Amino acid sequence: MIRFRVNGKEKTFDGDPDMPLLWYLRDVAELTGTKFGCGMALCGACTVHQNGAAIRSCATPMKEVGGAEITTIEGIAPMHPVQKAWMEIRVPQCGYCQTGQIMQAIALLKDNKNPSDQDIDTAMSGNLCRCGTYQRIRAAIHQAAKHQAVRHQSAMETA
Amino acid sequence: MTLIENVSRHISRRGFLHGALAGGVFVLSARLIPEPLWAAEGEAAAPAFEPSLWMSIASDGTVTIVAHRSEMGCGSRTALPLVVADELDADWSKVRIDQAIGDPKYGEQDTDGSHSVRSNFDLMRQVGATGRFMLIGAAAAQWNVSPKDCTTEPHFVVHRASGRKLGYGEVAVAAAKLPVPKTENVPLKKRSQWRYIGKESNSLFDLPDIVTGKAVFGMDAGLGSTMPGMVYASVEHPPVLGQKIKSYDDKAALKVPGVQKTLTIETFKPPHQFQPLGGVAVIADNTWAAFKGRKSLKVEWDISSSPHAVYNSAPFRKTLEATSRKPGKVVRNVGDVDAEFDKGGKIGFRIIEAEYYTPHLAHVSMEPPVAVAEYRDGKVLAWAPTQNPQAVQETIAGVLGIQKEDVTCHVTLLGGGFGRKSKPDQVAEAAVLSKQIGKPVKVVWSREDDIHFDFFHSVAAIYMKAAIGPDGKPTAWLQRTVYPPINSTFDVSATYADDEMGLGWNNLPFDIPNHRAENGPADYHVRIGWLRSVANIYHAFAIHSFADELAKSANKDSVQYLLELIGPPRIVSLDLKGDEAEDAKNYPLDTARLRRVVEIAAEKSGWGKRPIGKGRGMGIAAHRSFLTYVATVVEVEVDSRGQVHIPNVWTAVDAGTVVSPDNVRNQFEGAAVFGTSLALFGEITATNGIIDQSNFHNYQIARMNRAPRHVEVHIVESEAPPAGVGEPGVPPFAPALCNAVFAATGKRVRELPLSKTKLV
Repeated sequence: MIRFRVNGKEKTFDGDPDMPLLWYLRDVAELTGTKFGCGMALCGACTVHQNGAAIRSCATPMKEVGGAEITTIEGIAPMHPVQKAWMEIRVPQCGYCQTGQIMQAIALLKDNKNPSDQDIDTAMSGNLCRCGTYQRIRAAIHQAAKHQAVRHQSAMETA
Repeated sequence: MTLIENVSRHISRRGFLHGALAGGVFVLSARLIPEPLWAAEGEAAAPAFEPSLWMSIASDGTVTIVAHRSEMGCGSRTALPLVVADELDADWSKVRIDQAIGDPKYGEQDTDGSHSVRSNFDLMRQVGATGRFMLIGAAAAQWNVSPKDCTTEPHFVVHRASGRKLGYGEVAVAAAKLPVPKTENVPLKKRSQWRYIGKESNSLFDLPDIVTGKAVFGMDAGLGSTMPGMVYASVEHPPVLGQKIKSYDDKAALKVPGVQKTLTIETFKPPHQFQPLGGVAVIADNTWAAFKGRKSLKVEWDISSSPHAVYNSAPFRKTLEATSRKPGKVVRNVGDVDAEFDKGGKIGFRIIEAEYYTPHLAHVSMEPPVAVAEYRDGKVLAWAPTQNPQAVQETIAGVLGIQKEDVTCHVTLLGGGFGRKSKPDQVAEAAVLSKQIGKPVKVVWSREDDIHFDFFHSVAAIYMKAAIGPDGKPTAWLQRTVYPPINSTFDVSATYADDEMGLGWNNLPFDIPNHRAENGPADYHVRIGWLRSVANIYHAFAIHSFADELAKSANKDSVQYLLELIGPPRIVSLDLKGDEAEDAKNYPLDTARLRRVVEIAAEKSGWGKRPIGKGRGMGIAAHRSFLTYVATVVEVEVDSRGQVHIPNVWTAVDAGTVVSPDNVRNQFEGAAVFGTSLALFGEITATNGIIDQSNFHNYQIARMNRAPRHVEVHIVESEAPPAGVGEPGVPPFAPALCNAVFAATGKRVRELPLSKTKLV
């Protein structure tokens, strides 16, 4: 029996321990915001957070999530500054990869409040977008960084 | 189904509008009659074509607009309802969109060929305007004033003199009782009155759902209570097209936890069309168990059952190239190229020849093929990310031997399409399996399945020859293209291209007195299909690389030379037939528009006006496709290892009237990335009939760090009718990039992907 948390809720799993977290989330928990793209950690469509760090759920077997806190796009309270920036820049075309992109971007901005273009390239190049929205993704991450700074600033002032 | 139907089919329509009261909701329907039916239709047959639902207004004011085109990222699901809402003068925040099922009553629904807006713009304006006209009529009657004294503001009818207002919801029921006006009596807004069409504020209807993960793609269909008892399937397909199962051993597969059983799907009878490929399906409790079970499956294929195991890419290339050196079928002839070539020995005349080669490509939309289907009592209910729900109906009906009216296809959002999802083979697989097992089935293709079993963009060899006069300009231009045609998907004997000729081949817009375009034959060995901009990709690559070669050989500036090739502003005379002739009438090939995009792209890029440094270069190409004029300038930097970086791209677009300019820019930004992928990396090859590539490690697409860093898109203000925007950004990209590489390195790239050419 594997015990873990998904978006703050206690979960248990006693199925195939080799099952990737992706398919648990999608087929068992029916949290379909996390997408299947390659099954080999090559495209990033399945990106979720494990204890706050971005991971590829398609290459993370259930046996490795025991005790972990998993956060999916459904666990991000809208509108997160990153989602807000995605809306403002109007990043998506088809939208399929975008939840993975957003989860990756949120993880990046947690560690790096003001990433450079180079930082963004490094963090985001594992996330493919066949529609080709990279330029807007980069712009949206810069914008989200600004939103977060403003939010941080106003939180400081309130305090 | 022919390419014509998929790429450029037009529908006739008339503004046959009916008001009706349905459950307290004002329903405004327009009737669409597809061309063949239209011709056959007499008044007596009318009840067979019941009006279809396009728009309704509830008494709370909610406006529901039907989207009959699929959404794969190009924005048509938003754009067409915006057009209705604009003419209706609706408040967009009160609009909801209903995605249509597949049904001929909506006319043609194949969302490809970049024609959703082009083919439906006028109709959607009429739908909205008629609704507005009737709402005004209803309010005017209530106030006992003339409709002429009334106007609208979003979601309200307003009496000008008194300032009285009635909400659309308040008059909806009364409006439904009014006679429907004739189209010619319904005024359309002036362009200056448009609130949504052409406005920067437009954004995708599904944007909030997309960023929060609520959007439902095909991959997400069938969960919850929508398909109780649904099982999951993964199919081991014949590795070589058309092979049959000799035997299989599923003992190990059945031991995998969660695997329920295995089923077989019969290999199609040629032509393959959109039929299932055949194979062995593993049925399981979830996707993972189905995938895992499949790994333990042992299938032996009947080698003798297919003629396609002979397919090897290297020798096939030699065959294509040999064909390209021999005379082919003439598809356009102007003057006499041969007479000019004979002057090649004379003083001042030169002959230049070049050969170009481009490989197969795979679509690799981020969402692999997937579908849910349930067969019950002779009927099928399907949910699929399809570009063409009517093809789903037809294909399933054909495979199962039922009526297409008995197939209901719901359309989810598509996680990319690019032409692949016009072909519903995986939906038919789900239906076939559901019939066998008696439960709803979700078929999920792995990325490996997607790449191995695509309907591939064709491999092409192209031969070019020009006679150059003393002024450096061509006096004769011969172009010959050879590739397995798309029609091989529908006709095993097809070796010559058909509709591909209209995709940048029989309509060269250059001012050259002697010109001949030819096409040579080629056999197919894999499924050939259409991929974003289709044959324009290799046609534009050859034409615009060759144009640049001529410019350089004449020691002329590439932009100046291109403008000379295009020649003076004029309408290019084309001898075209069928749909192409119809297009040419409504959308004449206007070189003034082509020149303008070249000039804009050159100007915005600072062409010839700024130093760009060592190892850098700029290239240009201009290509009209899907009736849209596009010029692209690419700037490259080639590093010491020969790796190509793309700091800047400038694209100028004249797509006529555009509905959502920001979305159009997004399409062309994306096209630059799509072009980068195919130019730098894209190559599908086969060995003994089996595709060599399998996932994103060996079939790469551009990642953020290799994509163009900055893409600037300039939309030409135009009042011309709307043209395509989803595809036309792709064709000029690769030649502009390769021309830039030449400018940077002096190395001419004549084959794609670029990685085949050693740059340092």
